[in-house]
Amino acid sequence: MKALRILIAIGRNTFTELVRQRVFFFLLIFALLVIGNSAFMARLSFQEQFQMLKDISLGAMSVFSSMLAILATAGFLPKDMEDRTIYTILAKPVPRWLYLLGKLTGIFSLLAVAVLLMAALFLGVLWMQESSVLAETRAHLQNASAEELAMALKEVTDSTFQANLIPGIIVIFLKAALLASLTLFISSFATSSIFTILMAAAVYFIGHLQSTARDYWLAGVDPEWWMRLLAAAVALVFPDLQAFNLTDDIIAGTAVPMTLFVETALLGLLYTTVYFTLAAFVFSGREL
Amino acid sequence: MKRRLVVAFGVLVVSGAALIPLQLLIGRSASEAHFRTTSFDIGLRERIGQTGFLAALSGFRSPLAAILWIEAHTAWENTEWGRMAGIFETVTTLQPRSLMYWDMASWHMAWNAAIAAMQNEEQRSEVLRLKARREYEEMGRYFLERGIANNPDRYQLYLQMGMLQRDRLENHCAAADAFLKASEFPDAPPYAARFAGYEMAKCPGREREAYLHLRRLYERGESQRLPSLINLLGEMENKLDIPRAERIGSSPSTPETGQN
Repeated sequence: MKALRILIAIGRNTFTELVRQRVFFFLLIFALLVIGNSAFMARLSFQEQFQMLKDISLGAMSVFSSMLAILATAGFLPKDMEDRTIYTILAKPVPRWLYLLGKLTGIFSLLAVAVLLMAALFLGVLWMQESSVLAETRAHLQNASAEELAMALKEVTDSTFQANLIPGIIVIFLKAALLASLTLFISSFATSSIFTILMAAAVYFIGHLQSTARDYWLAGVDPEWWMRLLAAAVALVFPDLQAFNLTDDIIAGTAVPMTLFVETALLGLLYTTVYFTLAAFVFSGREL
Repeated sequence: MKRRLVVAFGVLVVSGAALIPLQLLIGRSASEAHFRTTSFDIGLRERIGQTGFLAALSGFRSPLAAILWIEAHTAWENTEWGRMAGIFETVTTLQPRSLMYWDMASWHMAWNAAIAAMQNEEQRSEVLRLKARREYEEMGRYFLERGIANNPDRYQLYLQMGMLQRDRLENHCAAADAFLKASEFPDAPPYAARFAGYEMAKCPGREREAYLHLRRLYERGESQRLPSLINLLGEMENKLDIPRAERIGSSPSTPETGQN
């Protein structure tokens, strides 16, 4: 119970600190992107407008949440050491793992709020555009038969909101949480935040190629032993970030089966747990 | 800390190995659900450049496709048909599950580009204008064929193929097949089956098949008994010399509708 109180206190403090650093200002850029995009797209057909809006908004959500996860996590350990707040906290009966977990909880909360706000903005604009196109369609088809009107309206609603967007948005959050946990692990042995950011960015790019390296390694087609070793190293050390890229296909209208969503969420949770455990293990032996 | 770091990396490798079965399972589930069907080959790399390729690999396929689509729209405004075709090729490779891209690419090529080719005043030879028109129409068909190959589980592109074959290529037999295929999907609109019948009726040698198909639709009830269907059935009954007792409206079980 006491541990939970400490966890909540550190988490809340981290969240407040990050909010004070005006990290939510990026939402203005996101809003400009989403609203500006829909204004610019007015000359396209409604199917194109909806497709562009979903493509750009979900892509931006993924970029912003990933960047936020890496930058917010990479900065806190060096900053706490520089401010000496870490010594004040750890001088009290607070285990190092609990301190890290509290910090990570604060960052997860920030990510959750950021993703929720972006999702609300995106869905709001999508809904407004849909309402406007529906009203136009009704006006144009005033004299059409009920079947014709119903089919036209269905065509509009089919191109806008799909329930599939929700698991897509959840997976964007899970990917950001995984990246935060991974950055925390790098930060636990890094000596500067620049090193942490660069390493996390490199892992981000390599992580998207992990599945290619894994398949190549498992196929065992390369006769060169060192190529097989390199592919194995990439497959074993880096996370499979390609597994979290569901939104590209969700936007295209592909339905997400529940099993795929559950398996992806499970992979995200397992990676997050593994990286956090390793971060806590390394950090507990670090000289401060 | 060094020893801890070595142990941590050891654990990282072991957990990486332990998670491989789950990763493979996700790969299988994704492929069964038609996820991640994009093929990242050298052709795509050459078309979108190194940065674009990296962006596409890093999970930004759909925003990249959207940006390229806007570029294609600008090319359309400048009537640069060749450039448009190249961009469509890239966009559809990046997002092969997006029906809108296949549909619009086909429409731009088979309608806009083909009509523009026929109206091209710079080309004096009508034969060459006609050749260019045919090439663009074929390109439109090619986009739909590839779209169907990438989305065999959805009816929309079969329907578009039917319309292309009927309205641009005037191949009624192929149009009938495409509409028929679309109508087999449970979520297809009811007109797909009617269109299949209408086109079949225009396909030489398939008149009887068309009659039986349209008759089945007629017997489904009021929703399918539209004036065009009833008129066509009447014409075909005469043409195929169907006995009076078997014609529509003659049997109490299949009364003719009064709907116009």
